[in-house]
Amino acid sequence: MKIKAPLDEKTVLSLKAGDTAEISGTIYVARDAAHKRMVEALDRGEKLPFDPEGAVIYYMGPSPAKPGQVIGSAGPTTSGRMDPYTPRLLSIGVKGMIGKGNRSQVVKEAIQKYKAVYMAAIGGAAALLRKRIVRSEPIAYEDLGAEAVLRLEVEDFPVTVINDVHGNDLYEQGKKEWGAKLASLA
Amino acid sequence: MKELQTSLITETVANLCKKANYYLPADVVAALEKAYKEEPSPAGKDALRQLLENQRIAREEDCPMCQDTGLAVVYLDLGQEVHVVGGDLYAAVEEGVRQGYIKGYLRKSAVRQPFSARVNTKDNTPPIIHTRIVPGDKLKITVLPKGAGSENMSALGMLTPAKGVEGVKEFVIQTVDKAGSNPCPPIIVGVGIGGTADKTMEIAKEAVLRPIGQRNPDPEVAALETELLEKINKLGIGPQGFGGKVTALAVNVETFPAHIASMPVAVCIQCNAARQAAAEL
Repeated sequence: MKIKAPLDEKTVLSLKAGDTAEISGTIYVARDAAHKRMVEALDRGEKLPFDPEGAVIYYMGPSPAKPGQVIGSAGPTTSGRMDPYTPRLLSIGVKGMIGKGNRSQVVKEAIQKYKAVYMAAIGGAAALLRKRIVRSEPIAYEDLGAEAVLRLEVEDFPVTVINDVHGNDLYEQGKKEWGAKLASLA
Repeated sequence: MKELQTSLITETVANLCKKANYYLPADVVAALEKAYKEEPSPAGKDALRQLLENQRIAREEDCPMCQDTGLAVVYLDLGQEVHVVGGDLYAAVEEGVRQGYIKGYLRKSAVRQPFSARVNTKDNTPPIIHTRIVPGDKLKITVLPKGAGSENMSALGMLTPAKGVEGVKEFVIQTVDKAGSNPCPPIIVGVGIGGTADKTMEIAKEAVLRPIGQRNPDPEVAALETELLEKINKLGIGPQGFGGKVTALAVNVETFPAHIASMPVAVCIQCNAARQAAAEL
């Protein structure tokens, strides 16, 4: 299905683990060091460098753009490293996360509590994913280089829903289902 | 005694950094194509389709297949008849990494002082250099860009000899199972058994460089590789962890004699972007 970012609650509620979706609209890039700074800023009573309401955060650090390119290769990084910061960001309105790899139990519970969704892009498909990004501009922490916060405009950015508001987890369910099928084939 | 200029070493390393990150080796492409044909899970198959398309785009457009272009691990097989002239060998390799990552539009992912300031070195140096002195008058350089998504899933187990081969299997399978979707499956699993803690980690990493499909020459080790691959590909993790058959493309095991009281086992996981490039001077 095709979805728009920022996300509204209706869209979030409609997404189920295992669904594939194509996102168009505005998303924000932030990874390890940017998350640390964003949460420190919130602790000081300051605002995020972007409006958190319905925001989708993409865990990513691109390779440098070649001349004429919008952005360099741009695939997802391992999401679990952002787990310590995630519930705080969901509590102020962030609705979507794109990355790859398992989330902690605390994050999965926060996804349900704050009605958010965690989606995966294909880890390793950075050259392909770059082509779905039509605009990129740094909006904060440019001193962090590849870890700066970026605002991206994306068109039909392909994702798979991993953790939904209903408490489903594709990584757990997929493994269980296929583990059983493969065992029965043997 | 053959003389080899450091300037040529720098130029070669720079080219290898770019080549490794742009062009997925033919054996890995073939293994992904085979996996695509064999994968019964629709979500897994679609992930493999995207990975195959991705490597084609990277090859055609000379761009990194993955944005994590890794720390540069560089193997130098230095012939003992070679005399390196024109400067410091390791400085020449480091300069090659610097030039390759800057001119090749590769991501600079190295930070200094890992436990505190973590300030980016801005040129992806220093590389991790392994030197092996070998017979002959050639220098073989292998560049292995190692991303952190897979490297963070590495594991070392100082098993007791009483654990035996069953202990080895259990440790390897548990490590892969625990890693799940994190290291971007389908993965290549490098396993080291024996030596000291450092030696077994070293041979586990060397194992991921072996061409896919090539078995260890020792039949007992080769049988272990086959059994481990079968068991890993029944875990159900599948491509990208979406559920499916092909969790690993290969399991390569290397061994080394061990102390009477030790049986170290190391697991080095390589992601689907199983990059490497080599040249001989």
